[in-house]
Amino acid sequence: MQWLFKYCRSSIGSKVLMAVTGLMLFGFVVGHMLGNLQIFIGQEAVNNYAATLKEMGALLWLARIGLILAVLVHISAAIRLTRGNQKARPITYAHSGTVQATYASRTMMKSGLIVLAFVIYHLLHLTFGVILPEAHSATDSLGRPDVYSMTVLGFQNVLVSLSYIAAMLLLGFHLSHGVSSLFQSLGLNHPRYNPIIQKIGPSAALVIVLGNISMPIAVLLGLVSLPAGAAS
Amino acid sequence: MNLNLRVWRQSNATDPGKLVDYPAPDISEHMSFLEMLDVVNERLIVKDEQPIAFDHDCREGICGMCSLMINGIAHGPEKGTTVCQLHMRHFKDGDTLVIEPWRARAFPVVRDLVVDRSSFDRIMQVGGFVSANTGNAPDGNAIPISKVEADLAMDAAACIGCGACVASCKNASAMLFVGAKVSQFLHLPQGHPERKSRASNMVAAMDHEGFGNCTNQYECEAVCPKEISVSVISELNREYTRATLTSGSD
Repeated sequence: MQWLFKYCRSSIGSKVLMAVTGLMLFGFVVGHMLGNLQIFIGQEAVNNYAATLKEMGALLWLARIGLILAVLVHISAAIRLTRGNQKARPITYAHSGTVQATYASRTMMKSGLIVLAFVIYHLLHLTFGVILPEAHSATDSLGRPDVYSMTVLGFQNVLVSLSYIAAMLLLGFHLSHGVSSLFQSLGLNHPRYNPIIQKIGPSAALVIVLGNISMPIAVLLGLVSLPAGAAS
Repeated sequence: MNLNLRVWRQSNATDPGKLVDYPAPDISEHMSFLEMLDVVNERLIVKDEQPIAFDHDCREGICGMCSLMINGIAHGPEKGTTVCQLHMRHFKDGDTLVIEPWRARAFPVVRDLVVDRSSFDRIMQVGGFVSANTGNAPDGNAIPISKVEADLAMDAAACIGCGACVASCKNASAMLFVGAKVSQFLHLPQGHPERKSRASNMVAAMDHEGFGNCTNQYECEAVCPKEISVSVISELNREYTRATLTSGSD
């Protein structure tokens, strides 16, 4: 196993770890968005989806542990790589120039840290129910956790919605570089597919941002509202 | 044309160094950038000042010695051009040009604009070669190589080892250089017997020298005077992973 540790500590191995864990987290972001978009179908659909997820038990925990590990590896590799990068140029240029490095690619650490702060806030809000406890304990007519009403109540708060939208824009920046970049780190490169690989990051970022911000915007505009008869 | 130069002056490796302003009047637009520096140096010598030290050799864009950061861009603003082949007509009268040495921990400054790039040599020493037995050279044409592969090998072999990739990289990473040196052998049958040890040893040497890590921003490709593609970095990522997963069967 020593070869594996040596590989993971190397510059290329660390980048491969970033790519693999980044891909896992991206997969989660896509799945999470698709699940949540059921809010547009209605209360029944999204509550049923949430209840189904919770009934998965061991499988759900396996996914959660995988995600937590991916987050930890992604962050620790990022810190190690960034520190190495800072050490590699102890004296910086008096006049620094950039030819083609995108703004998103130069701010990955910042966008990543802000997204991390958002994830913690998001978990406190909707998973642990610390921020809006009353909405979090609500149940629907079938006795299931009322995810629909909880989300709508959360997003009816303009500040909460704006913070979600801002966080999604930063996630978009992060993904626009990260998703294309992971192909390069994994050595997936071919003249025929390179034009697609270059576009896949920005396109994926756009889909994720639009899909996720559509929910708070729809709630703010009143297109998605609390079911009739529910306490608001 | 008249220029204002801001040049990094540092008398030796331990001197902290600083930017010094030099007016450069009456510069011909037909001069190369290095010829312009020669003129500035001759005027400094006449004034009994130390001339600006900078690396140069062939002055025809092939040796890889010249190495100047001009306004934050390695080898200056012209794409696919070494600084010795960069002509003053690409600048405007009255321009202020900040001239700095390559900046990387693995490229310590020797004096003024001269840096020590022997870290590249040490990377080459652990894998940038093919081992050949002595005796008559085999007929090169007897080994069939497709045109596509031969071209890819030549594209990578165009690397002159100037270090502009490291200098321009936000992280001072040497991935484009090492990628090119691994790729030029990977596409030829002669390179195959040692491909695993080459990839693992050269990457280990690169990490040991203190270069940074690639963050796929491709500044290296943008400034490379030989326009080497970042596909060689992807190849290196693949080769190193392959070598790690299958080592012991070399």
